[in-house]
Amino acid sequence: MSAFVALDGVSHSYGAVGGSAEGTLAVDGLTISVEAGEFVAVVGPSGCGKSTLMKLATGLQFPFKGAVRIAGNVIRSPVKIAGMAFQAPTLLPWRTTLDNLLLPLEIVEPHRSEMRRRKPEYIERARKLLASVGLGGLGGKYPWELSGGMQQRTSLCRALIHEPQLLMLDEPFAALDAFTREELWCVIRDLHAARKITVILVTHDLREAVFLADRVFVMSSRPGRIIAERPIELPRPRELDVTFTPAFSDIVQELRGHIVRARQG
Amino acid sequence: MSQQLLIRASPWIFTIVTALVWEAACRLFQIPPFFLPPPTAIAEAFVEFWGPIYRNSLYTLSTTLIGFGMAVGFGLALGLVVGWSRAIYAGLYPLMIGFNAVPKVAVVPILVLWFGIGFIPAVLTAFLISFFPIVVNVATGLATIEPELEDVLKALGASKLDIMRKVGIPRTLPYFFGSLKVAITLAFVGSVISESTASNYGIGNLMLQAQARFEVPLIFAGLVALAVEGIAMYGLMAILENRMTGWAQRSGFAQN
Ligand SMILES: Nc1ncnc2c1ncn2[C@@H]1O[C@H](COP(=O)(O)OP(=O)(O)OP(=O)(O)O)[C@@H](O)[C@H]1O
Ligand SMILES: [Mg+2]
Repeated sequence: MSAFVALDGVSHSYGAVGGSAEGTLAVDGLTISVEAGEFVAVVGPSGCGKSTLMKLATGLQFPFKGAVRIAGNVIRSPVKIAGMAFQAPTLLPWRTTLDNLLLPLEIVEPHRSEMRRRKPEYIERARKLLASVGLGGLGGKYPWELSGGMQQRTSLCRALIHEPQLLMLDEPFAALDAFTREELWCVIRDLHAARKITVILVTHDLREAVFLADRVFVMSSRPGRIIAERPIELPRPRELDVTFTPAFSDIVQELRGHIVRARQG
Repeated sequence: MSQQLLIRASPWIFTIVTALVWEAACRLFQIPPFFLPPPTAIAEAFVEFWGPIYRNSLYTLSTTLIGFGMAVGFGLALGLVVGWSRAIYAGLYPLMIGFNAVPKVAVVPILVLWFGIGFIPAVLTAFLISFFPIVVNVATGLATIEPELEDVLKALGASKLDIMRKVGIPRTLPYFFGSLKVAITLAFVGSVISESTASNYGIGNLMLQAQARFEVPLIFAGLVALAVEGIAMYGLMAILENRMTGWAQRSGFAQN
């Protein structure tokens, strides 16, 4: 099996002149590789460089040392294939929910040049996607007419509408209440199962990481590196009940131990 | 319902009450009309000098609007340029602050030197005084795009131009239309400053002549004419803002 996303001995610092170890060293000697179709979660202490890892993997930042490869090719510009969602939904308030979903299609080729011709088809696609996350019939609403959870669903849909090969999620559920969060876990789980896309999820929530991921990576405190890698063998499809089993709790406890050590060391 | 009616009527009520208090104070304290004329005297001056007031008001309105129009065009263009690039922003900002700090009264003599007295200095003063808030607001709108949203778009392969077209410019519109209200009021200040020192026409000039002839009610009539024009233009800009970017108010989008 060949890696789809691979970071190889990557170091990155912010605020350095000409790219070097000066400035704020965010990650140092970071190595991680993600298979195509795999669901990977990254956990670690606050400020350890998780968001930096996301930016490096999508070509939004470039390392001064090491290489970032996607499908075997070293990346030198933003990837053009990734869907991203963050803690803040960042929807455009002047567009309806439906029009917000169409935004990626107005940018990504080939949809971009076919927008005019295939618009009805795209609108239908957006409607279906909204319905699949429980927002059927709300396409005409503006984002500020939706609740926080609904906005976050919309943001997830926007990350998925162009059917990306790579989905990058940076704490997308952090601002939500526990019930909505668990509901969205299931939404993401089903989307991943249905589409076989590669997902990289950054989270602070160890239960979330264990419930969703095939593998969980633990990062050290800044400058971040991978200090532990834990495959999650829990069988799929996973139901929320699994989070109450001893096997599940054991894995969460184990990961918690790594984090505690990472924060001390 | 009655509450809403009250809110609608209250600007008129306040204006009328202010005028009544003013009138009463003038009579009660027997303030000489050549010091502070009562509203009735100002109204009389309005009737008596309606012809010149009307003509000069139109003149001032035209210089103001032409200057304002130039400020909108130039301010929008410069704002887009400044908001586009960090380097241009850093380079131009101190210059613009310095320029804005110069009192425009001090610029009028230079304009007169270059263009003679009259129409052109008034238009240019209105322009110079009113473009700054437009530039700043447009640039602010562009510069405050959420970095995360930018990341989302870049990871889709969006160019800088794409990001400007899809996000930057739409989100700047509320800032832009908001700045027009400020700019139009400033444009009046500019044209009147210029008219009252270097012109033979306009409300500013009318007031200057009235002062020379000691026709104090006419001076005040000129002030009232300016206030009415100012309110009308401000109202127009507010309506325009509402029409163009109503979403910003309904969504509670960050303003200024
Ligand atoms: N644009 C930036 N300029 C300068 N320093 C930065 C920038 N972004 C991040 N950093 C620094 O790099 C380090 C890693 O930041 P990063 O955002 O990757 O952490 P994180 O793991 O995502 O944190 P959190 O869990 O709080 O989201 C931090 O120390 C931060 O101060
Ligand atoms: Mg982060």
